[in-house]
Formats: sequence, C-alpha cells, structure tokens
Amino acid sequence: MACDANGTAGAIRAAAAVVTEHRTELIDLDRAIGDADHGENLNRGFTAVVSALASATPETPGAVLKTVATTLISKVGGAAGPLYGTAFLRAATALGDRSEVDLEGLVAALRAGLEGVKARGKAEVGDATMVDALAPALEAAEDAAKQEGADISTVLIAAADAADRGCESTVDLVPRKGRASYLGERAVGHADPGARSTALLLRAFAEAAR
Amino acid sequence: MSRVGLVLVSHSAKLAEGVAELAAEMAPEVTVVPAGGLAEGGLGTDYDAVVAAVQRADSGSGVVLLYDLGSAQMTAELATESLADPNAAVVADAPLVEGAIAAAVAAQGGADRTAVVYAAASAGAAPDLAEAAESPAEETAELTLRNDVGLHARPAALLARTLADVDAEVRVRLGDSEVDARSVLGLMSLGARQGDTLRLDARGAQAAEAIRRAKELVETNFGE
Repeated sequence: MACDANGTAGAIRAAAAVVTEHRTELIDLDRAIGDADHGENLNRGFTAVVSALASATPETPGAVLKTVATTLISKVGGAAGPLYGTAFLRAATALGDRSEVDLEGLVAALRAGLEGVKARGKAEVGDATMVDALAPALEAAEDAAKQEGADISTVLIAAADAADRGCESTVDLVPRKGRASYLGERAVGHADPGARSTALLLRAFAEAAR
Repeated sequence: MSRVGLVLVSHSAKLAEGVAELAAEMAPEVTVVPAGGLAEGGLGTDYDAVVAAVQRADSGSGVVLLYDLGSAQMTAELATESLADPNAAVVADAPLVEGAIAAAVAAQGGADRTAVVYAAASAGAAPDLAEAAESPAEETAELTLRNDVGLHARPAALLARTLADVDAEVRVRLGDSEVDARSVLGLMSLGARQGDTLRLDARGAQAAEAIRRAKELVETNFGE
C-alpha cells in the first residue's frame, strides 16, 4: 500500500471500523474504572472522521491527519478528544507537506504524537494511560526502522505489538491520571481503556499497511 | 477601559453559568463567558464552544480561562494553543469558584492578564492569616460594619476593588485574623458580620486615601 493521502485515509477508515467493532469492549473497560463513555465517544468521533474524509479529500497524509485531529477534538467529549486530537495534530505537523509517509516520517509522526499526548495529559509511563501503549510503540518503531529491509508495514507491526504489551502492563498499575486515579488501588486488575484504544488504532494501521 | 475577559470551562452548563453569575455580581464590567457542557446537552466539554467563548470574552486585553476537571483543562489549553495569537489567552490553574471570583475582581480593577491569572491562582492558597507587620501603620481606622450581610462576598469584593488602584498596603484585622484588603477571599475568610469592628492599617503613599475610601464604603453600608 502506498502511504500517500489516499492510503492514509484508508488506514484511518480501517481504524474507524475497528473502533466501531470494539465499541462495547472499550465501554466495558471504561465502566470498570471510569464513566463508561470512552467507547461511545471514540466511536462518535471516528464516525464523524469518516464523513469528513468522504466530503473533502485532503491532498497529503499530513492534511488527512489534520482533518482527523480537528474532527476528533470537536466530536469526542471527555479526555480522549483533546488527547487524540493533540496526538494527530502533532503527527500531522511532523509530516509537514510531504506527499508520502516514509519510514523517517512515520517515526517522527509517532514521536510527535507521543510528545503531544504527554504534554496535554501531563502523563508519563506508569500512570496507566494511553502513554503506556504509545511510548513502547514508539520505542519499538524506532528499533524496527533501523532493521535491514524495514518498511512501513514491519515498523507498524512492531509498534502495534509493543502497544499491546504496554496496554497489558496497565492491568497491574495504580492509575495516577484521569478519573481512574480516583479509584486508586481498586483500579488494579483492569486495563486502561485509553491504552487499549491506542493499541487498537495502531493495530488497525498495521493491518492497513500490510 | 478594556478589561481582561474570563471564560469558565466546565463539564456542566449549569455549573459554568452559575459561577459566571456569581463572578459577574462582583465584577459587573468584566465579560465572563460560561462554556459548559456538550453542544447536544449533557455533561462534557465542547472544544468549539470554548473557542467561541474565548473570542467573545476578548475585548482587546486578552482572556483568562478557568476549568473544573481534567479534560476541561485539556480542552481549555488546546483552545488557547489554537488561537491566532496563543498569547491572547491564558489557562489559570485555580479552583473554579474561588479562582473565578478572585480573577473577576482583579479584572474589574483593571489588572492585566498576568495579574488576573495570579489572582486566580492565589485563590487556591490558604487565606493569609499572617501576623501583623513589624513597622507601624501610617494610618489606622476602626470601622464597625452596619450593613446587613457584613463582609460577605459582594461587600468584600467592593472593598477590594475600591482599594485596587490606591498606592497603599492595607491590612484588615478582625480578632486574631489579619488579611490583605485586596484579597476578596481573604476578606471573606474573616467572616465579619454586622456589628463587628474591623481594624484597618494602611501603609504607603496613599495610606490616608485608602482609609478614606474604606471608611466611605462602610459608612454608606456598601450601597445596600
């Protein structure tokens, strides 16, 4: 798959489908430690993203991600809107006006997305948030990109695998950010819904790039 | 005079409107714009509404945003960053109710953006119950409150505002507590009621003027 604007929009549509498919799972995860709205909010946001991309066709991968960002910011209530909005916006800025995403661009976009989420949410690894999936994903992507014969697909698969492990690691953590932090120790035993949705999105991107 | 505007970002429309009403009561000439709840109703923060509120609140001197909980802070910060001039708006890290009132009173007194943020942020600190200063006061007065509500919110705000542009430091004492007369929350923390006698100590170039203004307010029962 070419990682031009069309390819990027395709990956976003694939991600939107995955969010819809896992809507109930995300709601259930969030019910355990939050207000049960993560799946619903994210699904509403990505549904709006798909319509936005259908009505206007951005010319570059960066422009696609910018549309994703502004739509998510406006349509997703709760913390996920500003967090994912910031991640996609920073990733779009990192890609600039290049017409195709290359390996260097992909890693730069992931790095900018992670930095954006950390800055917006003031979270670090170990707080049981999206950062616990995204930070190891970036690290794995950086390593994979250095390997012989690396391409977009292998780098995204490495990132998605690491995000899955990162998400699993949140099960044993005491949340320190967001509503889940109010539960303290009682939240232990549950995966963070934000880490799970991050892992799902990265997996969808990896599948789309196959 | 153009004043700093305020935007109150809350998960609840009612909460934002209620705090805006309270702040406007004490600072009638400050634009306080509530931005609470989702566009379609319900609890949550609406980015587009916050951006629109910031534009409405800005009359040229910029805007200070206050928020209630986690994602409201993120939405406020994101809205600020997306402005054509990100420096036009500042997100204050302050308790929503106390911070909004302190910020509104500071803005009413003509404070700039930085001073308004500072007023909001200081509202989160414990009331200043410092011991009396060492140097003797230049002007002092004992004022007995005759108005019905004592040094309640509105009178406290009036007193702080009246003294805002006077070049003098004024301390107000009731019993063992002493506070800065420019701090609305400090004044309110005294809990002064009808019949209580406040002692005012003023220092600085306009100490006499400060006392004169305070006296006038108390004698006219704060316009009640």
